Amino acid sequence: MTHVKRLLLVCSLLLAEAAQAEKITIAAAADLKFAMDEIVAQFKGANPGDTVDVTYGSSGKFHTQVQQGAPYDLFFSADIGFPRELAAGGFAASEVRPYAVGRIVLWSPRLTASKMTLNSLTDPKITRIAIANPKHAPYGKRAEEALRSSGLWDKVEPKLVYGENIAQTAQFVQTGNAQVGIIALSLAISPELAKQGGYWLIPENLHQPLEQGYIVTKQAANNALARRFADYMGGTPARQVMTRYGFALPGEKVGK
Amino acid sequence: MLSDSDLQAIGLTVRLAGVVTGILLVLGTPIAWWLARTRSKWKGPVGAMVALPLVLPPSVLGFYLLLAMGPNGPIGHLTEALGIGLLPFTFWGLVVASVFYSLPFMVQPVQNAFEAIGERPLEVAATLRASPLDTFFFVALPLALPGFLTAGILTFAHTVGEFGVVLMIGGNLPGITRVASVQIYDHVEALEYTEAHKLAAVMLIFSFLVLLGLYTRRPGSRRA
Repeated sequence: MTHVKRLLLVCSLLLAEAAQAEKITIAAAADLKFAMDEIVAQFKGANPGDTVDVTYGSSGKFHTQVQQGAPYDLFFSADIGFPRELAAGGFAASEVRPYAVGRIVLWSPRLTASKMTLNSLTDPKITRIAIANPKHAPYGKRAEEALRSSGLWDKVEPKLVYGENIAQTAQFVQTGNAQVGIIALSLAISPELAKQGGYWLIPENLHQPLEQGYIVTKQAANNALARRFADYMGGTPARQVMTRYGFALPGEKVGK
Repeated sequence: MLSDSDLQAIGLTVRLAGVVTGILLVLGTPIAWWLARTRSKWKGPVGAMVALPLVLPPSVLGFYLLLAMGPNGPIGHLTEALGIGLLPFTFWGLVVASVFYSLPFMVQPVQNAFEAIGERPLEVAATLRASPLDTFFFVALPLALPGFLTAGILTFAHTVGEFGVVLMIGGNLPGITRVASVQIYDHVEALEYTEAHKLAAVMLIFSFLVLLGLYTRRPGSRRA
């Protein structure tokens, strides 16, 4: 009998432990890679007991996966349209919150991208230009719009190669397989890429605004940590990291 | 039924698989012959190298190839020196990648077929004064024919089923590197499930028919 009691005691202790140490999994657009890593590290510093896992990938894929019941508690999309659609379909447990208006840049570790403009892409010496796949990657759509509205699409299109998401697009350029790419400002100003090459900011009037937003998913409706993290993202410490990586909301300034 | 871009992807896939199978017939046969006949201490290491793609994640192969074929990689240096330019994002880049990727599917069945012949037919040929080359072409090859058929079918089918490597070095160019598996992935990513279903069904039926052909042919070819 005492054995049974002891066992029950151990079990209840374990359960209590499990209830205290909370865990969330975040699905985040690939452009958030560096900023989100830093915010999560900061958050863990302030909340040592909690586990926060992040999966990076393309927003369109996460959108489908959340619909199919993927175990993500928060979803940060590079295009606010995806979380809006999920919320409309009853897959969200929060309102859709904006976290940034994304910007695109020309980036290259081999050419002096900071002295280039979109017109430079017609240079015959440039034979490969990487953009994200406009068919499903939000940054790719904006890249296509910018090239079209500056009347360069037809000239530049034969040189384009398409990354599966914005991180792969950057990687095509980083490895030198494409000489230049149109990537997210947030990636170009990350320490990792900034030390390899400069960038030129593509004027925002050349493309539709790239509104980005996030939701707490339906499956995390009763997850207190998910809500805390969602609120944390709106707070000053997180916003400072976000703006430093180029994720500014209207009224905010990019940089320190 | 299928859109033009789907048909283009299927055509490209078939062309890629056909070219790769042809190249591997030429490249894989001597390797298989050597592996089947040799008593060298290198048999083990070479056999293991050939079999690597069976075990390696395609992402490993894709990662190495992307770097090796790039402007700073050894293959990239070579192709640029030869004036071909860089291989990533080209059809021939996919061919090179697929040759590595499908190598064991060609070599292993052919090697098994060569091994199954045994010493005797080759010795008989030698006593009848057939040169080693004659023996190879007129004794070994015909006897190993069922093995070649299996190897050819498997190589073709495995190349059709390639996805990860293509995604990493292809750059998704219509008619050049956008094969059927990537096209399906794009449809799914763009939430075009109807289109994805159609093309996926084509792939499913194709794969089943290939395997059906392979497995129903088996009993008659036991002796190989």
